Amino acid sequence: MATDATPNASSESALPALELKGLSKSFGGLHAVRGVTFKLMPGDRKAIIGPNGAGKTTLFNLITGIFPSSSGQVLLYGRDVTAWSSHRRTALGMARTFQVTHLFPKLTVLDNVLLAIKGLRPSKYVMWRFMSSYPDVYEKAHGLLERAQFMDRKDTEVRFLSHGEQRQLEIVLGLASDPKILLLDEPAAGLSSGESVEMSEFLQGLDPKLAILLIEHDMDVVFDVASNISVLHFGEMLESGPAEQIRQSAKVREIYLGTE
Amino acid sequence: MSERAMTSNQTKILAVLAALVAVAIVVPNTNSFLILLATRALAFSILVMSLDILLGYTGLASLGQAAYLGVGAYLTAILATKYQFGLGYDFWLVLLFGIMVGGALAAVFGLLAIRASGVYFLMITLALGQCVWGLAYRWNSLTGGDNGINLRQRPKFGAIDLSNEVAFFFLVFVIFCISLGLMYTLVRSPFGRSLAGIRERELRMKILGYNTWLHKYIAFIIAGAFGGLSGVLWAHTAGIVSPINIELTNSVDALLMAVLGGAGTLVGGVIGSFIVFGLREYLSTLVPWWQYVLGIIYVLTILFLPTGLMGIPERIRQRRARNGNAGKPKQLAPAATS
Repeated sequence: MATDATPNASSESALPALELKGLSKSFGGLHAVRGVTFKLMPGDRKAIIGPNGAGKTTLFNLITGIFPSSSGQVLLYGRDVTAWSSHRRTALGMARTFQVTHLFPKLTVLDNVLLAIKGLRPSKYVMWRFMSSYPDVYEKAHGLLERAQFMDRKDTEVRFLSHGEQRQLEIVLGLASDPKILLLDEPAAGLSSGESVEMSEFLQGLDPKLAILLIEHDMDVVFDVASNISVLHFGEMLESGPAEQIRQSAKVREIYLGTE
Repeated sequence: MSERAMTSNQTKILAVLAALVAVAIVVPNTNSFLILLATRALAFSILVMSLDILLGYTGLASLGQAAYLGVGAYLTAILATKYQFGLGYDFWLVLLFGIMVGGALAAVFGLLAIRASGVYFLMITLALGQCVWGLAYRWNSLTGGDNGINLRQRPKFGAIDLSNEVAFFFLVFVIFCISLGLMYTLVRSPFGRSLAGIRERELRMKILGYNTWLHKYIAFIIAGAFGGLSGVLWAHTAGIVSPINIELTNSVDALLMAVLGGAGTLVGGVIGSFIVFGLREYLSTLVPWWQYVLGIIYVLTILFLPTGLMGIPERIRQRRARNGNAGKPKQLAPAATS
């Protein structure tokens, strides 16, 4: 049994967790994303950088199925999910956070996490039992909140949290479904420098088997978290490579890093 | 903190139970006019609560909810007058059919309405509701057109004759309590919580793995089923079913009762229903322009009490907390000078 499982597991790990093939999206005449081809292996830590309006968030929306793509393919573990709706892609182990905080503002911190945990469980359709009758879900939520040091605020409505706390909770919600692929859309947006150091430490401490794709403007966070960087410019993948190579690339400096 | 939240929840449940017991004791000892009024309010409040599942919990303002009451009521009236069905123990079957026909109608309408949200959802449900009204108005051979259908008798269970107001009141009361219990369980269940998530941030729910369309569709069908149930009770309460029951104003009334009591609270809708039914009967005996009074109450509620009557305790608590904080420095200031 174990010997059978090993080749299977290795063949699965040889499959990219996420693969994009010639992915494009146009809004009318605007080509927001053009022919992006990209691979994310299990456990990879990659970042996409690029100036504002380069199409980074649009790319995330295509990957997660919020927008339909104009052409090209999205593959999750070798399965073509291009025509799938968001919730089905999530069920394959993908999670994301949003650049602009997308929490449930009038629900408590605990309720936010409970909903996130329930998302991939069939019991989310149960309507004849109280939510509170699922101790395992509560235990898991408490575990997640303890790890993120939110236990003391678990009964606070999310709209009363500070911006930094909400950014952190975004990631807790992303992790609640035990994803294998995590897409982070500017997790450090609007954070103070101290807070973004904390954020990148938190991200570095995540399970090494988790594949992370990061969009970020804070280059310190990018270089801390990602080993591999791709540059998106006017919707096109300009250059990809190890972090050091991108840091030294003249072209990248010119369009992006040089502007700092 | 969580313990306090829990106990405040328990006090709320106890308060509701106490109120229900009080209603069950007080109402049968009043006169037959008040008993009928309470019966009407209870039957209609099932519809209001079903609407609250959409409005308060899912964030979908439906303007066609009276259609489900209508099909339940017409079904009851047609079966009773044309087939003498549902006037004995088979009334329970009619109750079941009413739930099914309400749910089935919602299943069809939902396919059209759930695609939209916000004002568009409102408009589609309004249009669909008007279709049902038109059908009731025009399909003379089945619905009696403008005249409607008179139900000449209420069901009899052996020795228990529901033409007795008190007996009928208790029937409606029990069915109301069961409905309240079922809907309360629903909104506290994982499915019910998912509806709140959809109300707050649908996109996030999709990304978390919820098929939000399906959740909204199921909620819509459940609301329709309870609407059908309230229609069955309404038919026997009023004794007549006519297009007036499906008119837009009836849907608007249900919506406003939910808002008046407090959307997203279930019992708020019941309170709203009792207040509106009571005021309507009382005011109409006093002044001919009573509808304006109701209108003003609605406007004032929406302007100054967006959380409805059920939101008042919370507002008082907040005001007290604010005054408490503001009061402290004032008390300190003289102490510092002396």
